[in-house]
Formats: sequence, C-alpha cells, structure tokens
Amino acid sequence: MDYNCNGAARRPSLAPIARTLLVILGLVAPLLAGLGTAAAQTIKIGAVLTLTGDVAAYGIAQMDALILARDMINEAGGVLGQPIELIIEDSRGDKNGAINAVSKLTSRDRVLAIVGPTLSAEMFAVGPVANRSRVTIMGISNTAVGIDEIGPWVFRNSLPEELVLPETVRRSHERLGYATAALLYANNDDFSKSGADTFREALAAHGVRIVATEAFQTGDTDFRAQLTKVASANPDVLVISSLYKEAALLLRQARQLGLTQPVIGGNGFNAPEFIEIAGEAGDGAIVGSPWFAGRDHPKVREFVAAYRARYGTEPNQFAAQAFDALYLFAEAIRIAQSTTNRQAFRDALASIKNFDGVTGIFTFDENGRPRMDANVLQVKDGAYVEF
Amino acid sequence: MPIQQLFNALTLGSTYSLVALGYTLVFGTLGVVNMAHGEVFMAAAFVGLWLTNTLGVPVGLALLGAVAAGCFLGVLLEWVALSPMRRHPEIATLATLISTMGFGILLQNLFLTFVGPESRTFATPFKEVAWHIGGLTVTAVDLLMIAVAVVIMIGLHLALSRTKLGKAIRAVAENRVAASLLGIDVKRINMAAVAVASGIGGAAGMLVGLAFAVHPTMGLPYGVKGLAIIVLGGMGSVPGAMAGGLLLALVEVLTIQFIAASWRDAAAFAVLFILLVVRPGGLFGRPFGQVRA
Repeated sequence: MDYNCNGAARRPSLAPIARTLLVILGLVAPLLAGLGTAAAQTIKIGAVLTLTGDVAAYGIAQMDALILARDMINEAGGVLGQPIELIIEDSRGDKNGAINAVSKLTSRDRVLAIVGPTLSAEMFAVGPVANRSRVTIMGISNTAVGIDEIGPWVFRNSLPEELVLPETVRRSHERLGYATAALLYANNDDFSKSGADTFREALAAHGVRIVATEAFQTGDTDFRAQLTKVASANPDVLVISSLYKEAALLLRQARQLGLTQPVIGGNGFNAPEFIEIAGEAGDGAIVGSPWFAGRDHPKVREFVAAYRARYGTEPNQFAAQAFDALYLFAEAIRIAQSTTNRQAFRDALASIKNFDGVTGIFTFDENGRPRMDANVLQVKDGAYVEF
Repeated sequence: MPIQQLFNALTLGSTYSLVALGYTLVFGTLGVVNMAHGEVFMAAAFVGLWLTNTLGVPVGLALLGAVAAGCFLGVLLEWVALSPMRRHPEIATLATLISTMGFGILLQNLFLTFVGPESRTFATPFKEVAWHIGGLTVTAVDLLMIAVAVVIMIGLHLALSRTKLGKAIRAVAENRVAASLLGIDVKRINMAAVAVASGIGGAAGMLVGLAFAVHPTMGLPYGVKGLAIIVLGGMGSVPGAMAGGLLLALVEVLTIQFIAASWRDAAAFAVLFILLVVRPGGLFGRPFGQVRA
C-alpha cells in the first residue's frame, strides 16, 4: 500500500488493484496462450529411463542418445514442421517409479507417445498402464520374452533375446562344435533370467549338454565360488547371461582361475564398458548383437561421429536403440500426419516396415513384434569384429 | 571340495570383516549404526582409483590415500551428521540412523552426478599378478586383502587394549558421563572413533575396488553384509567382526559348492537367524555391545 502518509494517500487508489490485476494476468496469460498454441508448438514425447540406481549406466546412455536424436531431428526442421520436445522422467530402475512416471507423462504432460522404460521388469509393470491409457509405449532395451504380448499399445525396437541368442548359439556351434556347456546367469533380474532360459533351449536344440548351471545376483562382484565349481565340471564352453558389469568381472575371474574355454554371452556383453572392465579376459568372447558400431553404413558413421563428438565415447547398443527409437517415432508421426492423435500414431508406428536405422533394417510384423537380423560379433584386441 | 573354495572364502571373508570392523567400532563407541559407512567405502575407493589411474601412484600409497580419504569423510560425517544429533539424546538413535543415511545418499548421488554410474577398474599391473600352485589360484590382490585385514585387526586390537586413545575409546563406550568426569575429551574420542572406522572402511573400499570394480553403488551390498556381520559377531566386538565375516563368507561359499548359488543369501541369513536364536548377543557379544578389543 501507500506508505507516504499525507492526505492524498487516503484517497482510494487504483494502483494496487491494477498491480494485482497485472500480476494475475501475468500468471494466467501463458496458460491461456498455452491452450491455443502450446499443443501445436512442439511434439511432446515422453521418456521413462533408469537414471539413478544400480543400472543407471544404461538409462544415461539412452538419455544421451535421445537428446542427440532430438537435436538432430529438430536441426533438420523437426517433424511436420514442428520440433520434438522430450520430457524425460527417472524411473530409478523401480517398477513403482516407472508407473508414476508413465502416469505423469500421460495425464499431466499429455505426451503423444513414450519411449522406455529401461528394464524389462519395469515394462511388465507399466506396459498394462500405458495400454489402459491408450498411449503408445515403446521399449528400447526390453529384451525379455513376453513384452510383445502385453497389449496393442506396447512396442519395442529392441530385438528380443529369443531371436538373438539362438542365432549366436547356432553360429558359434557351427564353428566351434562344442558338446558340453556351463550356464552362468544372474537370477534376480528378468533380463538375465529370460536370457538363460533362451540359451538353455537353444543349447538343447543343438544337442549341447549343460554340465553345470550356476546362478549369481546382479550387483555381485565375487564369482569365484561358482567358477571353482564350474571348473570341476570342465565344460567345453561357458555361456553367460547377465548385465555387462557382472559379465566382465565374472570373465576376469574365470580366466584368472584358469578357465580358458570359449565364452558365449548374452546382450550384456554388448557394451564398450564390458571390454573396458574385462580387459584381456574379454578377448575372444562371442556375442549376438543388434548393434555393431563398425558397420559400414552412412547412418551408422554419422551417428557414431555425432555421439562421439558430443559425449566423448562410442555409443553402445542402448544408445543406438534409443537413437533409432526417436527416428521411428518421427517416421510414425510423418505417416500419421498428426502430432497429437495418439490412435493415429499407434497405427502408423505398427505399420512401419523396412525402416533403415543405425541398428539395421527394422520391421514390425503383423503382431507388432520387431524383426531384424542379429549380428554375431567377437571381441578381438578390445574391439568388436564380425565373428 | 576343492581347496580353492576355502581360499575363496578366506579372501571374501577378509573383505567382509574389514567392512564390518568399521561398523562395529562406531556402534561400540557411539551406540549408533552408521548407515553412511558403505558410501564412505565407495568414495574412498574412488579416491584410490583416481590416485592410481590418474596420478600413477603405486598401489600401496594409493591405499594410504584411500585410508586418509576415509578418515576425512569420517570427520565430516561426525561433524555434519552425528554430533548435531547428540544434542537431542531422546531422539538421537533414530535421528542418527536417518542423518547418516542422508549423508550416504548425498555422497552416492554426488558421485552418480559428477563421476557417472559406470564401473571403473584400476589400471595397474599389480591387479594381473597371480600364481597357480597345484590346483590353487592365488592373486596378489587376494594376498594384500588378507594381509591388510589381519594387520588392521591386530592393530585395532592392540590400539584398543594398549594405547591411551584406545583405552579412552573403551571408557567412552563403557560410560560416556563417567568418562567425561574423568577428564576424557568425549567429543574428541567420538571424532577419533568415527575417523578410524571410516579409514578402515576406506581401506576396504580400495581393496574391493582393486579386486573388482569401482562404481557409485558398490557400497550397498557390502553395507548390508557388514551390518549382518556385526549382528552375527556381536555388536561392538572386534574379534566378532572378523569371525563373523569369515563365517558368513564360508557359509556362502559352502552353499554355492554343495547346494546351489541361488540359495547363497538365504542360507547365509538362515545361519544368522539360528545363531541369534541360540546366542542373542552374537558370537562374541553381550546383549548391549560396547567396543571391546
């Protein structure tokens, strides 16, 4: 109010009222403007990623790649003349965290579609939620069996293990002709466990006898007790299904304990960090992968160079699949010719065939399942080469 | 059973014991469970990693650096999270549980943000040294681990029973009011106990990091095991922490060898449960533990 205590001040002044009105207007104006235009200004895409906690390394690679893809798409003029806006939420690697994030993205931010979540276990929790809300959710690193069956709004561009692992076993068996195997896997995460089941079936299909099965837990560091036991079973090959950290430490200890057999790994072997931690012990490891950074393709070279320029490291499989996911979404928006219609977006995404991405030629089959060729790679002198 | 398994248990047990010693010293002296211990362990491992990989310091010196980093964080912990709570004795036990947990979470998130979640490994030839004797594989890191554990345990035992500081720590553990009346500077003793415990934690962190890998969440599993061990060994007991660590590791390894690896934690905690039913104070414990040499 007016603190100048003279007679004039007692006169009812309009200034405070005007000021209040101005403030209110200032607060409301953006909202009003938003009603008319915000939805038309940017295309809102949500991302649910594990950015903190034990498996944060995956989510952060995915976030980096999504941001890179967003900037590259927007620099090229956006989609349908509009830039993409990414709204990134941290699931903390937790099912409840993922559910909260998806709820926030669908009802508060009103996103067109969602990328993520990082872990298969999280997808099993949030897939049904997205399906009920009728918003497309696309996993970029979910490889467990059963993801595609959750519902019509649930997709993934990550190649399921049930396609990659049998191909790895087939090609390695052809070349190495082993008769017995030891299977080592982490039994407390859906990804590693489902990978182990797929390996077991694929090995049985080729008549390979599993002479030792040893479990451990994601987060473990000392595997020598399990490996000592495996050593006495003396298998022809070691088959490992786990995330990269455990896989690398396990391999180091296996080599140290004198287990010199060839090693076949699941998707966890497929990260530059695996080679970094495993060091020499990683040499010779065989792994099936949807991603091969050395592939001779202009898109791959452009992506690897841009990622390296911005983040200083080579993109791993998680980054590559996240990068492809945003381009897949952009393609779906183009086909749907709408930046807001969730149903049109879903149908457009499901119709995508022969999409040429950095991870390869990608197709959704009639049931919405991803189809693409797997590469079988081998670690040689600290780099992945074709097996 | 291969002799390798017994050796595996011995090295694993040494790391467990080292982690547990830090818990037991703080609990025995201050009567609080230090929930930040696992994160101090992690942070010190990063300091050791940095000294080795970036500055090229030899492993032995890096270990001393990690111990110093642990001590420093211990002092900080006492100053920030422990001493302010002591002014409110009626809520101190629970409040310290939360304030130390907060300190730990903050530390972990600082590392996640500024260092990143990736696992890193020590780049030193020392790591690759291994001997094969008959069917037994022994690495230099294993031997260092066992040696450090033994030296620290004996050192701590002697320090607590022979030195003036050790006696003062035990006096404070026994009765804080009486100790202060006798002219012992209780504040200084509190600080010393947390610093020494955190320094031991730092040594454990560096050794575990050297043997395996360093990452911001590495403290968590060891923290849980460390807590279980001091309950198993007897709260506040130094020999209890050592014996408890070895026992836990032995049970784990035996379970993997003779039952199945997936039963490891279940078996370990079943043993813990049975032991607590039979001996509520733990292996070396009295029901309300105070630090003992």
